[in-house]
Formats: sequence, C-alpha cells, structure tokens
Amino acid sequence: MSATEATGIARLSVAFADTGKRAALMPYVMGGFPTLEDSLRIGEACVQAGADVIELGMPYSDPLADGPVIHAAGTQALAAGANVAGVLEVARALSASVPVALMCYANMVFAPGAAAFAERLARTGACGLIVPDLPYGEAPEVSEACEQVGIALIPLVAPTTTPERLVEIGASARGFLYTVSVVGTTGERRALGGDLADVIARAKASTDVPVAIGFGIATPEQACQAADAGADGVIVGTRLVRAASDPEAAAQHDAAAAVGAVVGELSAGLAQAR
Amino acid sequence: MPALAELEQAWLAAREDPQYRAELNGLLRDFAGRPTPLYRAHRLSERVGRPVYLKREDLNHTGSHKLNNALGQVLLAKRMGKRRIIAETGAGQHGVATATVCALLDVECVVYMGVEDTRRQRPNVQRMELLGARVQPVDAGAKTLKEATSQAIRDWVTNVQSTHYVIGSVVGPAPYPALVRDLQRVIGDEAREQMLGREGRLPARVIACVGGGSNAMGMFAAFIGDEQVQLVGVEAGGDGIDTSRHGAPLTVGGRPGILHGSRSAVMQDEEGQIVQAHSISAGLDYPGAGPQHAYLRDSGRAQYVAVNDSDALAAFRALARLEGIIPALETAHALAWVLAQEQGELDLVCLSGRGDKDLAEVLGASGDSV
Repeated sequence: MSATEATGIARLSVAFADTGKRAALMPYVMGGFPTLEDSLRIGEACVQAGADVIELGMPYSDPLADGPVIHAAGTQALAAGANVAGVLEVARALSASVPVALMCYANMVFAPGAAAFAERLARTGACGLIVPDLPYGEAPEVSEACEQVGIALIPLVAPTTTPERLVEIGASARGFLYTVSVVGTTGERRALGGDLADVIARAKASTDVPVAIGFGIATPEQACQAADAGADGVIVGTRLVRAASDPEAAAQHDAAAAVGAVVGELSAGLAQAR
Repeated sequence: MPALAELEQAWLAAREDPQYRAELNGLLRDFAGRPTPLYRAHRLSERVGRPVYLKREDLNHTGSHKLNNALGQVLLAKRMGKRRIIAETGAGQHGVATATVCALLDVECVVYMGVEDTRRQRPNVQRMELLGARVQPVDAGAKTLKEATSQAIRDWVTNVQSTHYVIGSVVGPAPYPALVRDLQRVIGDEAREQMLGREGRLPARVIACVGGGSNAMGMFAAFIGDEQVQLVGVEAGGDGIDTSRHGAPLTVGGRPGILHGSRSAVMQDEEGQIVQAHSISAGLDYPGAGPQHAYLRDSGRAQYVAVNDSDALAAFRALARLEGIIPALETAHALAWVLAQEQGELDLVCLSGRGDKDLAEVLGASGDSV
C-alpha cells in the first residue's frame, strides 16, 4: 500500500479523535439533492457548522434501507440528473475539508466492478464506503477492493445482529462501525430505543474502531443521549434531508443555510459539557 | 439477516413435519380444490396441429396458482408465532390469495400495491378489502410491483418480530426463492403425473409465463430431471425487446444485478440504477426475475423468450373463443408463444390464472368492445 492509499482509513480514525465534542457529528447529505450544486453547498454548510465526517448518499432507484424522506430525495436527485460522476465530484470537493464516507447501494458498486468502483472512489479523496444492502461475508471482493486502495469499508450492524456475527463484523470493520439504533429503515423517531446503551456497548465490545450510531437521530437531545450512551459518532440524516426539502428554503435557494442551521444546533448541543 | 436464517430453519423443519404437511395438503385439497385438472385443449390443439394440454391453475381457488404459495407460507408463519402477515402484489392475484388465507386462518393482513396497479386491477383491490385485508397503495417510483415489493421489505425489516412477509414469487433473498419453488412445485408434480396418465409419455415442451417466475418454477421443478423435456419461460416483451419498454431481463441478457436481495437477471442502466419495466400485464411488469431462472438459462436447461403486448392480447382473445377459457394476461404471453410455434409434438402450458381481472385493461387497450 502506498502512502496516499493509506490515507482514507487513517484520516477517518483521526476524525473521531479530536472533535472537541462529546461525539463526532456526522451529517448525511444526499448527493445531487436538490441539485448537484446545492448538495455541495449543503455539505460545505455542514462543515462550517461543525461536521466532523460527512456521509454522502449516492441516489439510487431502489434504496431499501431508506425511509420515505431519503427515498424521495434520491428519486428527485436522479430526476434532476444526478449520476455517479456528478456525486463523486461532490465527494472530491468536500474531501478537501472533511473526511467523506460514501453511502452507495450494492448494485451500483458492482455495475463497474467492485475494484473499479473502489479505485474511482479513492481517486476523489473520499475515505470510506458504506454499502447498506451488502451483508457481511456475501462479497469479499468488495472489502478486498477497498483494502487495496485504502478506502474504509464501513459495515452496518443492527440490534438484531447476532452476537456471533457482531464479533466477525466488528473485527472486519474499517473506519468506524455503523451501528443502527433501531430495527427498521432510516427516518426520524420521537424517542430512541431504551436499549440504546446496550446496543452501543455491544458494538463497542466487538471492535477496535469507533462506533457511530445512526437511523432515527434528529435532535440535539437525541444526539447527546447517544453520546452519553457511549457512541463515538452520531449520524443525522433524515432530519437534514427534510431541512433541505423545506419548500421555503427551496424557494429562496437556501437549502444550505437551512441545513447548516440544524447542524449548528446539533454541534452546539454536542459541544456542551455533560 | 437473522430473520432470514430463522425463516430458513423454520421452513426446513416444517417441510419434514408430517403434521404441517398434512395440514397443508388438506387445505390444498379441500379449500383450494387441488389437484387442478389437466385439460387437453382440443380446438387450440387443432389450430396449432399438435396436442396442447393446459394445467388449469385458473381453477385453483382465487383464480390462480398464487394460493398454493400463500397457504404454505401463512401456515408456516403461524407455526413461527407471527401474528401479522404482509405481502406485495402486482396483478393483485398474490394479494388476493394472501388475503384469502389470512381470512381463513384469522391473521392480520396488509398488502402493498403500486398506485398504478390499484388502478389497473381495481376488482382485485375490492376483493382484498372484502376479505378483510388492508391494501396499502405505494406511490414511489413507477408505482408498480417493484416499488410494492420494496415497501413490503421495509415494513418487514421494521416489524420483523411480529410479522411474516409472504413473498409472492421466486424472488427476494434466500430462502424465499427455494421456499416459493417448493410450495409451487405441486403444479409440476401433478401435471407430470396427469400427463403420464393421459398420454403415457412426458410432454416434449413445458411452457409457462415468467414475471418473477413462480408458476414457471413450480412447473419446471418437476421436469428438470427429464432431460428430453424442453422448458420454455415466456417473458413480457412489452412494446418489443428492441425498445426500452419491456419486462424481459432473462431474454435480453446483459450484466446480472441485485434487486430485492437476490442476484439475477435485472433490467438496469450502465451505472446500476434499476430501470422501469413495462408490460400490459401487471403481474409481469417487473424488472427482475428469480435467480433460479437465471441459473436454468445460463446452464442451458431452460430457454427464455419474450412475447409483446399485442401478441399477448391476441392470444387472450384466441383462447376465449377457442376454448371458452379467459386466461390471465400474464398467461396469455405463454399461450401466444405456443400459438406462434409451427413445430412441436406435445405441449404442456401452465394456465397460471384466470383473466376476469384483466377485462377492463384489455378492452381499454384494444380501444373497442369485445
């Protein structure tokens, strides 16, 4: 592995080390939504407002792991002309200032071949890849391809993941372990599960990489709750996509400001002492 | 993932359990009306110049082969302690079958159906509601079977502890393709025995329509070991497979893809976006096909062909006039292929369902009255 090839994984690990917050703040941005230019501005606004890592979504025709808000945003992004090249350009631009993990469904990774996809992603300077519909162990060629180019293949675990699989997945995780807080798809929840601390503790015990929690987190209170429960990072997605979808913000071409304001609140919440 | 492992274990156990089998077989006989007849279609045979037999799944209760699978899966779900059943449906036949079994066995039932299909298949929506199911319209994407399936999968991953997802075809993640094949195999097993009884020989060709491919797989499964029997799956050609408007991923070929948890023939673009299928028949309007069919194609054991909307419509009318049987538009694709063949010695066609549900669509498409 060359020096440049190692940077993706290394850069992600540093991102969790020194955030000045109770946990790393990891906003999700749908690539190409409402347009490619807007999604770049939204990402930049997130960085300004305190994002430590950006999770960039590749819009997909059949996003099985996503709830209705992110699904609709992806559909709209595709209708507006978003494609792989365009979204990877957003990844490249954001990577200049923040570690970026791309969330991309498996069929798009396999379309050009896992090796070609990973190489192309690495060339943008992005750090990680999340493939939400690729079960651990189903496609070793994807992890090999990522390893080759220093991209962290970030696995997902859920409350339903069995202890045996959790051990295997935790050991294989690169970058961070994406821990799903609830059983189900992405989307805001009024309350996080009561067993959140258990879910996080189980995840942390399985791995040496940071544990980031996602699915269902929308408010500064929930973000702090996750941090207090031991999460190293907090992923907020649907709440931000909803802010970007707000008709008033859209009318004023101000989706970035709308998202930035929400990220700012989350960041301030996480920055407060316990 | 743990839910799929649990389902696989439960199915492997149930399949060997005499009590489960007795209960299922009893319902197939007394409730569904099995075995369904094997009918020698005399005038159709005369027309094509060789004997053609129809396996009459249209005479199965609820009017299609879908009930075979629904009975088996809902019984299995009850064994597993699930209190809630969900299903996806395209043409509505699987939804009706599932709603029927849920009424019979007193289980809550939610059926996901694309908004476009609720329009095309209005009578089936009314039937499901009458049977006590909740029909949940799906407004995403092309608003047809693909989106309904996605929404059912999302429901399942959210409510997996209480809910069993009754997939209607040989698609989806393992163990579903094998589970649905096992439950539909009754079609082929009966037909094989009936054909041997009637003709003293096996058919030269077995023909069935393929959307996801459950009636075809149920039929083919019994004949795979009979190497002399040719297996033909007929997909939806839509406006033609040289256009983008069809539902024939097996026929067209190309790079395999991942859809709804299995890797198989899939209609997709260069970047891996799944593209919309098109067919006049809602049950074939799906951009994927079961992985077992892709295997049978690649191994050369089965061949796959496509029939256009217009030829399917003509066959729909032809069977009504020739035999007094109104076939489902899905089935009409298989019949159209048979009608177009000049060669052959003994054909067995799976008449997978009845066509009453399609009258409005057919008369609308023809722009005239009967």
